[in-house]
Amino acid sequence: MTNAHAKPTLRVDDVACFFDVSPSWFDRTVMRKPQRTLKAVDGLSFVIPRGTTFSIVGESGCGKSTLARMVVGLYQPTRGTLSFADGSGRDGFVRTQMIFQDPFASLNPRWRVGAIIAEPIKQMALRPSGVETQARVRQLLETVGLSGQDSNRYPHEFSGGQRQRISIARALAAEPEFLVCDEPTSALDVSVQAQILNLLKDLQRELGLTYLFISHNLAAVRHVSDRVAVMYLGRIVEEAATDEIFERPQHPYTRFLLDTVPNLDRPNRDRMQATVDLPSPIDPPPGCAYNPRCPLATDICRTAAPESHPVGGSLVRCHHAIA
Amino acid sequence: MRAAPLPNDRPDTGPVLDIRDLVVEFPTRRGVLTAIRGVSVTVERGEILGIVGESGAGKSLTGAAVIGLLEPPGRIAGGEIRIRGRRIDNLPKRDMMALRGSTIGAIFQDPLTSLNPLLTVGDQLIETIRCHLPLSRAEAAMRAIDLLNEVGIPSAELRLQQYPHQFSGGMRQRVVIALALAGEPDLVVADEPTTALDVSIQAQITALLKRICRDRGTAVMLVTHDMGVIAETADRVAVMYAGRIVEIGPVDDIIRRPQHPYTRGLIGSIPSLVTSHERLVQIDGAMPRLNSMPAGCAFHPRCVLADTRCRSTLPPLLTNGSGLAACWNLAAGNAVEAA
Ligand SMILES: Nc1ncnc2c1ncn2[C@@H]1O[C@H](COP(=O)(O)OP(=O)(O)OP(=O)(O)O)[C@@H](O)[C@H]1O
Ligand SMILES: Nc1ncnc2c1ncn2[C@@H]1O[C@H](COP(=O)(O)OP(=O)(O)OP(=O)(O)O)[C@@H](O)[C@H]1O
Ligand code: SF4
Ligand code: SF4
Ligand SMILES: [Mg+2]
Ligand SMILES: [Mg+2]
Repeated sequence: MTNAHAKPTLRVDDVACFFDVSPSWFDRTVMRKPQRTLKAVDGLSFVIPRGTTFSIVGESGCGKSTLARMVVGLYQPTRGTLSFADGSGRDGFVRTQMIFQDPFASLNPRWRVGAIIAEPIKQMALRPSGVETQARVRQLLETVGLSGQDSNRYPHEFSGGQRQRISIARALAAEPEFLVCDEPTSALDVSVQAQILNLLKDLQRELGLTYLFISHNLAAVRHVSDRVAVMYLGRIVEEAATDEIFERPQHPYTRFLLDTVPNLDRPNRDRMQATVDLPSPIDPPPGCAYNPRCPLATDICRTAAPESHPVGGSLVRCHHAIA
Repeated sequence: MRAAPLPNDRPDTGPVLDIRDLVVEFPTRRGVLTAIRGVSVTVERGEILGIVGESGAGKSLTGAAVIGLLEPPGRIAGGEIRIRGRRIDNLPKRDMMALRGSTIGAIFQDPLTSLNPLLTVGDQLIETIRCHLPLSRAEAAMRAIDLLNEVGIPSAELRLQQYPHQFSGGMRQRVVIALALAGEPDLVVADEPTTALDVSIQAQITALLKRICRDRGTAVMLVTHDMGVIAETADRVAVMYAGRIVEIGPVDDIIRRPQHPYTRGLIGSIPSLVTSHERLVQIDGAMPRLNSMPAGCAFHPRCVLADTRCRSTLPPLLTNGSGLAACWNLAAGNAVEAA
C-alpha cells in the first residue's frame, strides 16, 4: 500500500503568510505611524509522506495555527505553494479535515451534537440512509469516549474536554485521509488524551491516515510522530525524525524547549525561564531571530540569518550547529 | 474605590475560600441531574489549590459555582460558599457581578467566551481596569501594557489596538489571564489557564501565579488536567471523580504516593517524555453519566479493587496520612478509619 515513490500527502514549498497589522488610518496619516506587517509564517518547506505523522511544535504565536489554516484553505499563502496528493476529496485531492484548537468556537451552539456530527456524513453522502447515519454517529461518539445518548444534547451541556471530543468525532465523521490536528488533546485530561492518541494511532495503522499534528505537549508529540519540526517566529529551526529531535536536539531553541517541560519528578522546582522578553513577529530581531535569547549567540547571529543545513540526522537553522 | 469591597475588619486568618457540601444540579425534563454531589474544600491566603480529574468530573462546574456563573438551568442546590467568611452563594446577581473582578478574578477554560470579539483587546483591558481601580484612561492604558508584558505578550502597545481574532490561541488565553488579574483580586479561579500554552509560556504563567500568591497573598483555585503544571505550582491537590472529591492532600504526596485507585490510574496515564511507549496506559471505561450514577463508590465499575461493599456503600472522605481519601480499600496500614 504505502509506496516510497508515491506522491507525499502534502508538500509545502517556501510558504509564507503575512498580515497587515498597521495602526488605524488616522494614526497612520495624522500621527505618521508606520505601516506594519506581521510575518506569521515566513518560508516553510517540508513534506509529509502518506501514512505518517508530521508534528509541529513551538512557542505560542510562532505560526502553527496559521500554517494549519493555510493547509485547509482558510488562509491564502502570501507566497509559496502547498501541493496535495490525489485522493477522494471533492477537488480530487486527499480528503482533508481539521480539528480546531478552539472547539468551543467551532461547534454550532444551536445544533444538537448528533446533527453536528452527521453533517459531514450527509454532505458527502458517506452513508446511504438516515438509520445508518444515526448508527455511525453513535459509533463515533463511543469511539471518542462519549455515549450514543449524547447526540440529543447541545454543545453547551458538555464539559470542555467533552466538547473537544465532539469536534474530534465530527472530523472523523468525514472519513478524512489527511487530518490536521491543532492542539487536539490540549483540553483533555491524561486518561482521555491517552485514549484519543491511541485512537489516532490505530486509525493510522488500519486506514493509512496522514496527520499534521500541532501540539505544545511534547510528550504527546513524541508518542505520535514520525517527524517533528520545531518552529520559532514563523520559521522551522529544526526538523528531524522524532527520536533524533528528542534524543539529540541540535538547535539551541529545541534544547531550551525540552528543558522547560514540567517535570513530575521534581515538583515545585522553578523552571528555567525565558529571561529575555519574547520577540514579536511584528518586530523580529535582525540576524537569527533567536539571538536575544540564545546562550550561544555571537556577532554573526546578530547580523546574518542562518540557513537551514543538515547536522547529523537533523535539518538545523543555526550558525553554530556544525555537522 | 473598589466596587463592593469586603469589610476589612475581618481577621485575615481564616481561609479565603471555604466551600462546604456544595451540590450543583441541572433540572431537566427527564429528572434532576446532580453534577456536583457534596464538595467541601478550602483555599488559604497565598495558597494554590489544584483541582484535577478526568473530563466531566465537575471541575469547571465547581469553579463556575464559586464565581457565580453557573449557566441556567444549573443551580446550587445545597451547601455554602464563603469568601473571607462572607457567604456569597446566595448573593443577588448585581453584588456577585461586583465581586467578580474585584474580589474574585476568573480565568475561564474557553478564552473566546470571556473576550468580546467586537472590542479591541485594549478597550476590554482598560475598561476592566477602570472598573476596579481608580485610574484615568491613560493610566489604565499604561497598566494594560504592563499586564500584557507580564503575561508575555510582546509589542503590547500595538497589540492593544487589535481584536481577539488577530491573536493566536495562546495569546488570547494570556489576555484572559491579564483581564482576571487586572482588578488585583483576593481569589483567582483559574480553569485550565495554561492548556493552550506551550511550555515556556506556561512556565511564565505559573511563575506569575506563584508570584501573585506570594506577594499579594492571593488564593488560587487552579483547575487543570495537566499534572506537570500541578506538580510545580500547587501546594495541595484535590482529585475529583463524578462530582465528588475522592482524594485531597499535599502535592508531593498525591504525586508520589497516590492512595486512591483512581488517582493512581490518573498518575499512571501521563505520557512520559523519556520513553515513547507503543500504547499509553489508560484507565479502562469512562466516567459514569450523570443519569446513571453507580451505587456505592462511583468508581467501582472501573476499579480493579472493587468488592461488594464498594458496590453498595459510598466510601466517606477520611483522614489518610497527610490528606484525605474516599476509598474502602486503601493500602493496608494507611487508612485511619474514624468508624
Ligand atoms: N448545562 C449543562 N447541562 C447538563 N449537564 C451539564 C451542563 N454543564 C455541565 N454538565 C455536565 O456536568 C458534568 C461536569 O462538567 P464540568 O464542566 O464541570 O466538567 P470538567 O471536570 O470541567 O471537565 P473538562 O475537563 O472536560 O472540562 C459533565 O458531565 C457535564 O456533561
Ligand atoms: N487574522 C489575523 N490577523 C492578524 N494577525 C494574525 C491573524 N492570525 C494570526 N495572526 C498572528 O500571527 C501570529 C501567529 O499566530 P498563530 O495563531 O499561527 O500562532 P500559534 O503558533 O498557533 O500559537 P498558539 O500556540 O498560541 O495557538 C500571531 O502573532 C498572531 O497574532
Ligand atoms: S544562529 Fe546563533 S543565535 Fe541563532 S540559534 Fe544558532 S547560535 Fe543561537
Ligand atoms: S471504594 Fe472500592 S471501588 Fe471505590 S475506589 Fe476504593 S476500592 Fe475502588
Ligand atoms: Mg494556535
Ligand atoms: Mg472543564
